[in-house]
Amino acid sequence: MTQAIKDYVVFVGRCARKTLDGDWRYYLWMTALTAVSLLGLNAYCKQLVAGLTVTGMSDQVSWGLYIANFTFLVGMAAAAVMLVVPVYVYKDETLHDVVIFGELLAVAVIVMCLLFVTVDLGRPDRFWHMIPGIGRFNWPISMLSWDVIVLNGYLALNAQISGYLVYMVYLKRKPASIWYIPFVFIAMFWAISIHTVTAFLYVGLGGRPFWNSAIVAPRFLASAFTAGPGFLILTLQVIRRLSSYKVTDKALFMLRDIVQVSMIINVFLLLCELFKEFYTDSAHVASAKYLFFGLHGHYGLVPWIWTAMVLDSAALALLVLPFSRRLRYLSLACALAIAGIWIEKGMGMVVPAFIPSPLGEIVEYSPTLNEWLICAGIWAFGMLLYTTLLKMTIPVLTGQLTPQKSAPMSIESETVWHGNFRDTA
Amino acid sequence: MAEELKPGEAANEISRRAFLAALATSAVTATAAALSPLKGVADLPTLEEFLRLHYKELTPEDKKAILERIAAQVEKDYGVRPNITDPPPIPGVEFGYALNIGRCIGCRKCVYACAKENNQSRNPQIQYIRVLQMRKGSIDVESSKTDYEGEVPKDGFYYMPVQCHQCRKAPCVKACPVQATWQEPDGVVVIDYNWCIGCRYCMAACPYGARRFNFEKPEIPKDELNPEMGYLSNRPRPKGVVEKCHFCLHRTRKGKYPACVEVCPTGSRKFGNLLDPESEIANIIKTKRVYVLKEEVGTLPRFYYYFNL
Repeated sequence: MTQAIKDYVVFVGRCARKTLDGDWRYYLWMTALTAVSLLGLNAYCKQLVAGLTVTGMSDQVSWGLYIANFTFLVGMAAAAVMLVVPVYVYKDETLHDVVIFGELLAVAVIVMCLLFVTVDLGRPDRFWHMIPGIGRFNWPISMLSWDVIVLNGYLALNAQISGYLVYMVYLKRKPASIWYIPFVFIAMFWAISIHTVTAFLYVGLGGRPFWNSAIVAPRFLASAFTAGPGFLILTLQVIRRLSSYKVTDKALFMLRDIVQVSMIINVFLLLCELFKEFYTDSAHVASAKYLFFGLHGHYGLVPWIWTAMVLDSAALALLVLPFSRRLRYLSLACALAIAGIWIEKGMGMVVPAFIPSPLGEIVEYSPTLNEWLICAGIWAFGMLLYTTLLKMTIPVLTGQLTPQKSAPMSIESETVWHGNFRDTA
Repeated sequence: MAEELKPGEAANEISRRAFLAALATSAVTATAAALSPLKGVADLPTLEEFLRLHYKELTPEDKKAILERIAAQVEKDYGVRPNITDPPPIPGVEFGYALNIGRCIGCRKCVYACAKENNQSRNPQIQYIRVLQMRKGSIDVESSKTDYEGEVPKDGFYYMPVQCHQCRKAPCVKACPVQATWQEPDGVVVIDYNWCIGCRYCMAACPYGARRFNFEKPEIPKDELNPEMGYLSNRPRPKGVVEKCHFCLHRTRKGKYPACVEVCPTGSRKFGNLLDPESEIANIIKTKRVYVLKEEVGTLPRFYYYFNL
């Protein structure tokens, strides 16, 4: 047992050394991400000292950009399931070689989610109150306690699956089903659960009519399955350009099918919600009115949501038209969809529920520079983590990193592996 | 790595190492610079505060020691020795509140009496009571104003003060992930200021906008501090936690009225034991025209509005 752990630690260590290999572009990218992460850390330290007063939040709008980003990112993490299902349920091998990147993305993104929740806490020093057994966890009553469980569980599941599979590739051993198949199937349902629970966090509040709608969870899932695979389409193209890992066009286009259908459902559900709000025209439409058209002379979110609507529409048009069978347009559509959904689900979903307040006050919210810096910092850190994870696993997956420390390089391998890895050059 | 090198690459490797070393050094320096604002921390929790258990897990001895420590801290910070207690709920008592909407003139004396009684931060201002100036003939809170000025009452308006409704089915209690807020046997929804993690989910859950968050360290002038304090009510709060109206439990559990009831010049505010059929509050609910705000959210408030007819 101890030998097995030792071997695994050696494996992780050797993978970690791979993160030092790269050309100047890689170093520039990592340095830039580190710099932005540190700017975020600096901004967070200022917030720790002064309190959440450095944000744009108020008693009326008590959640803002942090929770908006959190909500969006939970969806990105859940999206890995859309790659897992075709491979493991339908035995379609097209996406087989890229599933791992979805799972690694889930790991990095869940870490970002946890960071976004942490920076939103007024008393991060009391985080231990949430640890079951030590603290006083309000489970199963509080939806937030469910969220803590499903997010950490999902992180563990994905870390286990990807950690195990990559290690088996490294050892050139056939993975034993018992060590990953059960986890893969649990993770499938778990992925749905993380986003459903996050939706229920909002849905369960009777005092906020804008959120108190049964359609929120399906909407969250549809938008997640657009933004997540969309992000992977972009990432996979970067991976195949900069490394020797093979990603087929077929895999990218299969992801396009997923993004396409999800985007159609996402927009459809959005229209359902808008119909219900505006046609009914009850007192409960106030938040939606504020969001789309402004209320009593306040228009804070109007530019945001119409930007999202334009981005969503453009993405939808590109995705359903044959243009997006060309990778360039597909990438554009994905980028537009990600940006559109980020606004729609973040600022367009979290903030308007607070405006007007339950007592009818209109207090607007706009994030401060410090808030933006913290968010940018967490995004940069997440990207840094994802890049690191990719950098550690790709050499294993391409067979460049094996247990034999100084395996002689064959001529074939040099011609096949012409990526940015110094060892093969 | 070294064993994989061809001889000609040795120089390259050295410069690469130098490069990595320089990178590591600058990363450490930059991290230190990023962390530098932490030097300004003035309200770091003590080890005892960091490890302090949930209110319900404290033994009587723990409580005694904690109350003593808080008293010493308050004396140090404000130069006043407080009388800090932790009165338990009285058996057979369920508190209820009724507000005569026909009599309230919107003077906001209750707002300021509450702030003073409960040691609410003056800067930034925290107030538990919000008085809505409503247009006569309208019950739409959206057309109300809370920032009205000048002489009151104004023609054509009536006034509806709102504070924590101490709901029987309190959404805030359900929301809290760490049980930092709960309902006491006498119906008061309280907060353990040393257990709250500041996630503000309770604020999102509250249909009455009753909860306030300490966005920064609360500031109370030394000469305005109320030294009569309760652990679950008006002792000074730290930065980063939620607070709200608690029916002045450090007074009401000792047989006094809440500060807002006492100060009201028009007698619009009534308070008492709902379980006592002879009490004024029970009588009002029986005989007056009574309503609760936002009945449709189904939280069953213990705070009623009524009018004479």
